[in-house]
Amino acid sequence: MQSNAQIEYDYSVVRLFTFATILFGIIGMSVGVIIALQLAFPELSNLLGEYGTFGRLRPLHTNGVAFGFTVGGIIGTWYYVGQRTLKMSLSESPFLMKVAKWNFWLYFITILLAVVTLGMGYSTSKEYAQLEWPLDVLVVIWWVLWGVAMFGMIGMRRERAIYVSTWYYMSSWLAVAMLYIFNNMEVPTFLFSGDAPSSIMHSVSMYAGTNDALVQWWYGHNAVAFVFTTPIIGMIYYFLPKESGQNVFSYKLSVLAFWGLMFVYLWAGGHHLLYSTVPDWMQTMGSAMSIVLILPSWGSAINMLLTMKGEWQQLQTSPLIKFMILASTFYMLSTIEGPIQAIKSVNAIAHFTDWIPGHVHDGTLGWVGFMIMASLYHMAPRIYKRELYSKSLMDTQFWIQTTGIVLYFTSMWIAGITQGMMWRAYDEYGSLLYSFIDTVEVLHPYYTLRAVGGTFYLIGFLMFAYNMFKTATAGRVLDKEPANASPMAS
Amino acid sequence: MFHWLEQRPFFFAVVLFLTVAFAGFIEAIPDFAKASQPIAGLKPHTVLQLAGRQVYIKDNCLSCHSQLIRPFKSETDRYGMYSLSGEYAYDRPFLWGSKRTGPDLHRVGNYRTTEWHENHMMNPQSVVPGSLMPSYKHQFTNMADLATAYANANTQKQLFHVPYDQKGMPKLGSWKEAEAAAKAEAKLVAADMKNQAVKDAVAKGQVPEIVALIAYLNSLK
Repeated sequence: MQSNAQIEYDYSVVRLFTFATILFGIIGMSVGVIIALQLAFPELSNLLGEYGTFGRLRPLHTNGVAFGFTVGGIIGTWYYVGQRTLKMSLSESPFLMKVAKWNFWLYFITILLAVVTLGMGYSTSKEYAQLEWPLDVLVVIWWVLWGVAMFGMIGMRRERAIYVSTWYYMSSWLAVAMLYIFNNMEVPTFLFSGDAPSSIMHSVSMYAGTNDALVQWWYGHNAVAFVFTTPIIGMIYYFLPKESGQNVFSYKLSVLAFWGLMFVYLWAGGHHLLYSTVPDWMQTMGSAMSIVLILPSWGSAINMLLTMKGEWQQLQTSPLIKFMILASTFYMLSTIEGPIQAIKSVNAIAHFTDWIPGHVHDGTLGWVGFMIMASLYHMAPRIYKRELYSKSLMDTQFWIQTTGIVLYFTSMWIAGITQGMMWRAYDEYGSLLYSFIDTVEVLHPYYTLRAVGGTFYLIGFLMFAYNMFKTATAGRVLDKEPANASPMAS
Repeated sequence: MFHWLEQRPFFFAVVLFLTVAFAGFIEAIPDFAKASQPIAGLKPHTVLQLAGRQVYIKDNCLSCHSQLIRPFKSETDRYGMYSLSGEYAYDRPFLWGSKRTGPDLHRVGNYRTTEWHENHMMNPQSVVPGSLMPSYKHQFTNMADLATAYANANTQKQLFHVPYDQKGMPKLGSWKEAEAAAKAEAKLVAADMKNQAVKDAVAKGQVPEIVALIAYLNSLK
């Protein structure tokens, strides 16, 4: 095997993705804060006519943060982690280099087009799969390009065994490809328009009604699995041991948690459809498998926490370690909360309420957001060859964002359970106790708190963007690559 | 075995794919045909209603409104009979939603009128004080896309054998016929409305989005 020093890793694509991840993060999270404010102060919904309503903006938020920010972070870190753990450089293959560049530009263009078309109201209506068919085609193209790059890089590797992170990135690529294609099976309707001057953008789903719902939530749940979970686990398996200089606690636990997660995750989609019209056995299956899912999820999380064994003082000295450990902790919180919500009797109250976005956000803000930011922070001194600009800024950011997340999910827990209980409250004569609007008005303080929490998180993200920008442009130049702990100026 | 796999990434990928994929097939296949059966007497939407359904999707009403009544007394008391699988047999896409920032709409046609919707879409707070819903003024001036609604219906008829043009079912016919029928139906809806600009537009043979949307909402029963 060759030594590290002989391989000159090429980070040009990583830098492009880093830029896009931060850009789409700012856009997507800003829209998130706007729509959170709209629920607290509904007058804000009427500022931009049809383009400023909650309904039009929400897909911009979800697609912006899921496909712009998160997927950007995933693919960007793959090109970094992939090269380093496979011991190959993209510069060794002009072909793969070209594929990776195209991968980036098509991804970038797709997200920009998504912003425009969703804003105009072109939507298939399926959550996290709103993009109409021409954009779906684009997504498939750059997803395939990513796959070509991934397997090409694996083919060129010098390290015989592929590392845990690569297992997870690979699983994301495979699963999302399958899920995305099956859920977006749609027929452009202009093919059957006769002589009607119909829109070429419109399509109808290949599935109808209950089947469509089943496929959508098989997709929806597992998009969460293979966008917001597995690749992020891939990141933490690389970046935490690297930054802390510790070995991964247990190889066996990695194997167990990985295959367990792969086997169980797909079954759990049914928990989005409890008490709906999908068959009962599927609902029960979804519910039961969601509980089982705690095991592999906590397996990875505990493996990561125990990796810090004997080195916990790093939590005090390094804000980067703090980000990653809290991310892992939020992952544990989120993966115990999800199964609880998947219990049928709990779901009867929780479904359709704000507890669900609350759950989503302790996962996405705490786990996904923290892990992606920590990964980009760790990469920065290596890809820009400069010292991180400010440790104190990073520390401040950590506390502001943590406060924001706590405000977010606690307010949404209270809002969700309050509303869920009010919907089902009866008076002594057996009549419903509350009209629907009563159950909306009571939420105002929680919606306000949530908007405050979201704003905190956004402020922290802007601090992150500033810190990254200053690192890339004004950080002290490093003469050699740091081995473990990322150097940061106070 | 795992060590062996980790050194053979392409086998690894195959085993991985099978592990991930098979759950989906086991879940989807057994009941797929059964779940697509319509209840007796279910009629597909007319072209005008479909155009309204497209407005519902375009303005993403489903981000705040569900169309799925669960089998609990507190829901059937509030919204009506719980939802049945067969009622959705012609819904492409399904519009169940996942969040009730506003109330369920699956049977809203049973208890709201054209006039109520007209006032509510123009200024929700005038009808429901404290509502979080934005005003949908633009639906009074934007025109509905009947041509795409026709293409939508025709795709469903040709490709998915949705029973348009059959006995007792909505008529589709050619684009010209469908357009004329949709405009005639729009006139019936507009007759119950009071907004003069909308009435004038409909009289001139145009169909504002609000008319199509109300036709759709009234059909939800």
